[in-house]
Amino acid sequence: MGKKILLEHINKPGIKSYEVYRQNGGYNSVEKALKELKPADIVEEVKKSGLRGRGGAGFPAGMKWSFIDKKSGNPRYLVCNADESEPGTFKDRYLMEFIPHLLIEGMITSCIALESNLGFIYIRGEYKWIKKILEQAIAEARAAGWLGHNILGTGYSLDLIVHPGAGAYICGEETALLESLEGKRGNPRMKPPFPAVKGLYGNPTVVNNVETIASIPWIINNGGDAYSKIGIGRSTGTKLISACGNINKPGVYEIELGLPVDEFLNSEEYCGGIKDGKMLKAVVAGGSSVPILPAELFYKTKKGEPRLMSYESLSDGGFESGTMLGSGGFIVYDEDQCIVRNTWNFSRFYHHESCGQCSPCREGTGWMEKVLHNLESGHGKISDIDLLWDIQKKIDGNTICPLGDAAAWPVASAIRHFREEFEWHVDHAQEAQKRNYGLLKSTKEYFAAPVL
Amino acid sequence: MLAVKTNKPIILTEEIQNKIREVMEQYPDGKSKSALLPILHIVQDENSGWLSVEAMDKVAELLNLRSIEVYEVATFYSMYNLKPVGRFLLEVCHTGPCAIRKGEWLIDYLKKKLRINVGETTADGLFTLKTVECLGACGYAPMMQVGEYYYEFLETPEKVDKLLDDFRMKGFNKN
Repeated sequence: MGKKILLEHINKPGIKSYEVYRQNGGYNSVEKALKELKPADIVEEVKKSGLRGRGGAGFPAGMKWSFIDKKSGNPRYLVCNADESEPGTFKDRYLMEFIPHLLIEGMITSCIALESNLGFIYIRGEYKWIKKILEQAIAEARAAGWLGHNILGTGYSLDLIVHPGAGAYICGEETALLESLEGKRGNPRMKPPFPAVKGLYGNPTVVNNVETIASIPWIINNGGDAYSKIGIGRSTGTKLISACGNINKPGVYEIELGLPVDEFLNSEEYCGGIKDGKMLKAVVAGGSSVPILPAELFYKTKKGEPRLMSYESLSDGGFESGTMLGSGGFIVYDEDQCIVRNTWNFSRFYHHESCGQCSPCREGTGWMEKVLHNLESGHGKISDIDLLWDIQKKIDGNTICPLGDAAAWPVASAIRHFREEFEWHVDHAQEAQKRNYGLLKSTKEYFAAPVL
Repeated sequence: MLAVKTNKPIILTEEIQNKIREVMEQYPDGKSKSALLPILHIVQDENSGWLSVEAMDKVAELLNLRSIEVYEVATFYSMYNLKPVGRFLLEVCHTGPCAIRKGEWLIDYLKKKLRINVGETTADGLFTLKTVECLGACGYAPMMQVGEYYYEFLETPEKVDKLLDDFRMKGFNKN
């Protein structure tokens, strides 16, 4: 069993309630943060821990905190990004649903560090029942004196607000989220200024993912150094992975970063292998936006090293032969899945979710969807594959926010690695309506002579 | 604009008005516009699951906003329905991870079973079928959201039939 930090107590009966959570050491980090540490010490511990943003970008959390403007004297806010909507990702939901007080404790301790008196949890609107769970947890924490006025008699006051979104993937982008929280359309803002200087209501704001904030209590209780010893290299700590697709045991798993991908996918402790004894075709390791990898590049890097579940190992080889850890949305495709159809599906998603501000994304995602639909339905031309390549290149890096990149990468990687399948959809248009292409030639060769 | 006018004024009960006031008061002074999304949810729930022009105008009045500020927000977010919907809005996920685990089958099955297309409502006004993008239930596919809750692992006709029957029962009991 790997080290558990976030889910250590998840199987304790009643851990959802305040009493049981408290009996298991819950809210100790708040006491320590208020009575033993200065805000700057907390930030220092988080910096030492090496904790990286768990929403997908992987930016060091302590550094993000240290950017917050404390000099202007304006109110500071902590906003928790619970707008989980990256396809393949359902980990934050799990944390909030089954151990809600961990997030509330993390929010309080983090607000103390940022010297903020108001925090928000922006939760996607669809998670209606979870919003209620969080509101109840907040009410319990308030009743027990961890929230409200003059907490633990220290003079520190804090309130938390749970704010629902209303169905928009783009609001997971931090500046779109802030716009939405201000009661507007979720159009991302130009950066700079960054939220740490001008965020919510024009005031200094930190936006962190649920899992990032939920990691703070352990770090404060045990110290940043202890956290940094878990994991591998610059990928410190543990990560929640939401595993889905054609596997035996879909679900949310906490892994110690550095776990071999082979063990994660095939061991009984985690995914339990491919469903129905099929062969692995491809994996999207970190949410729909990250490059899709064929089985052979998923198991081993281009250099032939076994791939690990870490920021560095998954991205080894760059976009030519690697991918990203992203949000931890782990999607597995067996030999019967169609990459062209899946790429079309993802393009439809990004087209639907584009906010429409930037032309390359607004127009390009729609074009990609249409061209991919043609290919998938047997009306494609070979030149369409190059056209897709051209469109994705013109979106990538040319938009205000990363949604454009996120729409371009799945298309680029699918063409890069699965071009023969795209060509087959053109050359065998009728056959492609009746059956799927199956494994790539290179994947078949790889499994014929496994070097695992 | 896509929105529908009903020429029926929206009347909110005392209880709902208090709830709305409570939500508005949470936000810092002068920032009550932040309450727009949550209040649209409350009013939509009160108005049989959709937002008419009158409903949106009512929200504008409550928050002291111009109507256009409400319209532009209501049309941006996919959870706000700008047309009437059935008593049970079946929101079926059709994004990648669900699609590779019988998500597309579920949509086809519901279409056949309810004899409606996506976007339509059954003649008895009970069910509206809608496809939605990723709801964060990828490991528990195929799935749909109905009202407040998620219904997951709907991989067999039996499970789907049972669920529809349960909704029908609830629908009749309310009448």
